[in-house]
Amino acid sequence: MLLIEGLTKQYKTGDRALRGVDLTVPQGQVAALIGPSGAGKSTLLRCVNRLVEPTAGKIALDGVEITGLGRRALRRARRQMGMIFQEYALVERLTVMENVLSGRLGYVGFWRSFFRRFPAPAIDEAFRLLDRVGLAEFVDKRADALSGGQRQRVGIARALIQDPAILLIDEPTASLDPKTSRQIMRLIRELCAERRLPAIINLHDVGLAISFAERIIGLRQGVIVFDGPPERLTPAVLTEIYGEEDWSALIRAASEDGEAEGAGETAAAAGQRQTGFQGSDARARLT
Amino acid sequence: MAAAGRRWRAPPLIANPWLRWAIAIGAVIYLALALMSLEVKWSRVCEGLDRGWTFVVAFAQPNFISRSEEIVEGIVESLTMTVVATVFGILISIPIGLGAARNIAPVPVYLVCRAIIAVSRTFQEVIVAILFVKMFGFGPLAGAVTLAFATIGFMGKLLAEDIEDIDPAQAEAIRATGASWPQLVNYGIQPQVMPRLLGLSLYRFDINFRESAVIGIVGAGGIGATLNTAFDRYEFDTAAAILITIIAIVMATEYGSSLLRRRLQ
Repeated sequence: MLLIEGLTKQYKTGDRALRGVDLTVPQGQVAALIGPSGAGKSTLLRCVNRLVEPTAGKIALDGVEITGLGRRALRRARRQMGMIFQEYALVERLTVMENVLSGRLGYVGFWRSFFRRFPAPAIDEAFRLLDRVGLAEFVDKRADALSGGQRQRVGIARALIQDPAILLIDEPTASLDPKTSRQIMRLIRELCAERRLPAIINLHDVGLAISFAERIIGLRQGVIVFDGPPERLTPAVLTEIYGEEDWSALIRAASEDGEAEGAGETAAAAGQRQTGFQGSDARARLT
Repeated sequence: MAAAGRRWRAPPLIANPWLRWAIAIGAVIYLALALMSLEVKWSRVCEGLDRGWTFVVAFAQPNFISRSEEIVEGIVESLTMTVVATVFGILISIPIGLGAARNIAPVPVYLVCRAIIAVSRTFQEVIVAILFVKMFGFGPLAGAVTLAFATIGFMGKLLAEDIEDIDPAQAEAIRATGASWPQLVNYGIQPQVMPRLLGLSLYRFDINFRESAVIGIVGAGGIGATLNTAFDRYEFDTAAAILITIIAIVMATEYGSSLLRRRLQ
């Protein structure tokens, strides 16, 4: 469970990105963070693993207070937080396997990682995850040889091999086409359900947020202005978050889609029970 | 169309016309005065051309034979200096380059490393060589130390700039996994700068070989020393042979390194 209290971030330039944010994300919940550019979504996410140092406030993950940890302890805390990035942020010149295994860096010493001698269980897990995200035959390909959707799957595997207690996901679909975006979102949601992982997902695309998240948090100018299930996201709320616009068509389309997604998930879950993940694997390989 | 027939000219670099013309005329006057102060004596130029012709004639008949032993010795010494200086120079320049990259080094380390680079780059190889020859005496040791010293400044600066230009997202992603600083360098930075680091190393090898010929003239060993001796003895045919050998080796290393660099991309 992630607990955030009174989180404030003021940049050196004077911009106040976050103004006293309070937020709790319980076990297994997938929450979408929406809001206009510059609302502080990225900052909020990066404050959780302290890639950005918060100015004030408290953050605790499963009872461990992240704020105020020393360097070594912070590295231990970071390995429990899997992060998935906008534009993938894979190390382009490393292979797919090296990128996935880099998720274990917090667990191994320097020389082991330098000679790429990762412990056997880590390598087994890497193969299993690559299989799960449908990239089994790309193990020794260089990351820059993959397509966008494939790269983001590597990014997901890198986050999951950390064996995280939470996923922090920053605009996972920012540079993907609509179909691939949906496949990636679906994969993320399935994986969170399998492992009962909580996740915070920054999303530009309100439609995707409504379809795939069970909770929506609206951020405007560093303040939470909406927090609730997708059904309560009315045109009036969206106007408050983003400003005046005709929102009704978007909401209608997205919520119909969300219901379809929900039905799909039950079917997929039933399929998984029978065939052991084959249904979702086949779908994952479509890209 | 009321605007038809309007004239347009590109705006001048200096807006004030008085200043513009003053600078232009001043520059011409200065150039004329400078030329006059050189005291070009045409008789001396003619003599020089004569002597130049003797060179050219001698160079047409290079003599590799009579001093072949010295030439081979000089070349081997130069190559040894080059290899030793390049390897050690690069090994030392890597930590300095890491420390001189603003985006990964703390401020005190950054300042120290930048200072080392600045010192190394301020002095031209020949001046450094004169100093080291005074310290270590004539011979290839002084030369190797000189070249290694110059390599540190060159590689350190270019490596640091390359690290400052990396894609920060890739490094951030590695940091987010809980990686330590050396792991961050190994996974998040090294893959991004490696091709250029190898390319620069090969390029520096070229430069070091060429420089080894130059600093030999001030006593730092290698083929430059052999060349200097040949000139002192007015053995232009041997000097020609040495220069041709240097040119051939420089071209060979340049060709070899460009081939390698292309494969590394």
